[in-house]
This record gives sequence, structure tokens and C-alpha cells, in this order.
Amino acid sequence: MENLISIGVRSIFVENMIFAYFLGMCSYLAVSKKVKTAFGLGMAVIFVLGVTVPINWLIQNYILTQGALSWVSADFSSIDLSFLQFVVFIAVIAAMVQLTEMVIEKFSPALYGSLGIFLPLIAVNCAILGGSLFMVGRPYDLAEASVYGLGSGIGWMLAIVALAGIREKMKYSNVPGPLRGLGITFILVGLMSLGFLSFLGFTI
Amino acid sequence: MSTAVAEVVEKKSEPLFSKKNRKLISNPLDIDNPITVQVLGICSALAVTAQMKPAAVMALALLVVTASSNVIISLLRNAIPSRIRIIVQLAVVALWVVLVDQVLKAYVYEIWKQLSVFVGLIITNCIVMGRLEAFAMANKPGPSLLDGLGNGLGYGVILLIVAFFREFLGSGSIFGFKVFEELGIHYVGNGLMLLPAGACVIVGVVIWVQRSLNGYRESH
Repeated sequence: MENLISIGVRSIFVENMIFAYFLGMCSYLAVSKKVKTAFGLGMAVIFVLGVTVPINWLIQNYILTQGALSWVSADFSSIDLSFLQFVVFIAVIAAMVQLTEMVIEKFSPALYGSLGIFLPLIAVNCAILGGSLFMVGRPYDLAEASVYGLGSGIGWMLAIVALAGIREKMKYSNVPGPLRGLGITFILVGLMSLGFLSFLGFTI
Repeated sequence: MSTAVAEVVEKKSEPLFSKKNRKLISNPLDIDNPITVQVLGICSALAVTAQMKPAAVMALALLVVTASSNVIISLLRNAIPSRIRIIVQLAVVALWVVLVDQVLKAYVYEIWKQLSVFVGLIITNCIVMGRLEAFAMANKPGPSLLDGLGNGLGYGVILLIVAFFREFLGSGSIFGFKVFEELGIHYVGNGLMLLPAGACVIVGVVIWVQRSLNGYRESH
């Protein structure tokens, strides 16, 4: 249990998807102009990450790695399918996003309307694929992988809401012309990432 | 993430290197740069630029993937139903990324290990998806190839500029060549440049300089 809490806290703060690995930067920069939309996208990312990381864990450990297929028959124990990783993972993600979209459309048309185009775009958010690829590189079990997925999503959501809050205030500042918009946003992200460095070495 | 409506640039029998088509290559290098203007493909631009060698390999890998998937999608453009186009695009891109990944693993294993997940993440690199959506879905293979090459090059140029400053200031070397040691000067590397934060600030400054030069402005 302690182990799970530690992984959760680490994935939210210390190994934050945005500030430590720069994953999901494109939508992070493009959708962080208003706190409300940023929050909506953040929630969708938490959901998709929380679902796809455990599913991909199961696929990786029961189908793809060398010897994983031995539960089917002993003849398959030497098969190594890990070169198919990218294709299978991205297919799972795209399918999950499509499924999420249909479920939300059916049960909560209001939320569907407000998320609009952001939902399909989550499929190409590199934080999602990155979460699965990092998970493969670490010796997590199923519970740990689920916590890791959820934690990374929460960390991403916190980061985008924080940046949106700052950018709403930036409207009132007198930024030099060429630096306006994207330029100053990058410098802001750099400063925020320095702040998050203070969590380094933080353990429970 | 490009919301641009697909640009159609083709005419019936246009030579491949007409003036208009040459623009497809030259525009992304400056006024239509994928990183600094279209805000695409930022993740890898920040993550792999601590040194120049991995940055160069990454730029090359992306160039190959963008150009070749642009051509394939452009060839298939009339056969893809629009509802499932994202999945078809992802499948084509993933195919090329697997090929590039296996080639890198076979020939430059050390750099492949350094790049770790970021070669795989080319699949979700928004430059590739953005160009497929905005250009290849509406244009012939020839212009699409040029567009892919142009955007790959535009990405590579920014990547190398950022990596140059980060490696030079952060560890005092260029392409792993210790400049300051050769000159006999004692230089203590600036650790901030090697951190993700340093990358963000340098990209910010690159955008500042570029926009001062070409006069592009954004209203907040």
C-alpha cells in the first residue's frame, strides 16, 4: 500500500509528465488559454491515461513480451512480439478514445458539447502513449501500473490548469511584441518547471 | 495542433519544382515553422535537445517519417472514409515509426538508447498528424512529399539550434567535441541548460529572436 502511495505521489509531482518529460506539450500549449477548457481536457486525459495504462500492461505481459504467450500453449513460449508494441498500443489508445467519446456522447451530451474537438485529439496526445511506454520500461505490477496511469493524468491536469490560470492573468501584462503569445508561454513553462524541481528527491 | 483548413495548392500539370512548390519547402523553415509558429511537435523538441547528436538523429528520423507518411496518405486520400481517418493515419505513421525504430536500433544502438521512448513518440508527434490532416489529405503525392520534407527540415533546424545552445552552454561541447578543453580554457557547465527548464527558456528566446526578425506578431 505504501508503495502505491509513493508511486502515486511520484508520478503526480516528481515525475510530472509536463515538467519532467515534456509529454503532451502540444495540447498543453494550445488549450491552456482558459481555465475551464483546460480543466475539461485535463479530466479527459486522467480518464484515458487511467484506463489505457492498465490495459496496455495486460497486453504487454500476457501477449507481447518474450514467453508471455506460454499461457496459451508451451509451444509459444519462445515467441517475442515486442516489436509490435507501438502499433498495438496506439491502436488500444485510439480505440479507447473513440469508446470514451461514444460513452460521453450517449450519457452526458452537455459534457460532450463542451469538450468538443479535444476528445478525439487526446488520441494523439503524447502523454498517453508516453505513459504506456514508460510503464513498459519499469517493473510495475498491475496495481502499480494503474496508480501510475492515474497519477500521471492528475499531474498533467494540475499542470495545465496552473498554466491556464497564469495565462488568464498575463492578458493584463505588457509583454514585448515579438515575445507575446507563444514565446512568453515557453518562458513561463520553464519557470514553472524550475518550481517543480523542488519536489526532486521527495519520497514517502 | 493545427486547426487550419486544408490548403489546396495543386494545379493540373505543374512541374514538381515550380515556384509555388518550392515555397512548400522554404516556408516551414521560417515564417511557417512547425515548432515556433504552428506549435507542433514541441515535446520531442524539448526532450531530446540536451546534446546535438541525438537531436540530429531525431530530426532525421522525423524527416523520414513525415515525408513518407505524407506520400502514402496522399496516395490513399480518396479511399479513406473520413470517420475513421485518424486511425488509418495512425496506422500508416506507426508502420514507418516501427521501421525507423528498428533501423536506428540496428545501426546506432547507443543513440537509440538515449532517445528511449521518443522515437516511439514520433507516432503521436503532432507535426506528422498535423501535416497529414492539413495537407496530405487534400493534395497530390508530389506536393505532399515536398511539404513533408519542408516541415521535417523546419523541425530539424529548430532542434539543432536549441541543441547547440544547450550543449555548448551546458557541457561546453559541440557534437561531443570539448571546445573549451581544446582551447585550454576552464569552463564549468551551466547545469540549468541541461534541465528541462533550460530547454523551455531557450525555445522561448529562439521564438523571440525569430519573431523580431520576421515581424510575426500574436495578440496574446
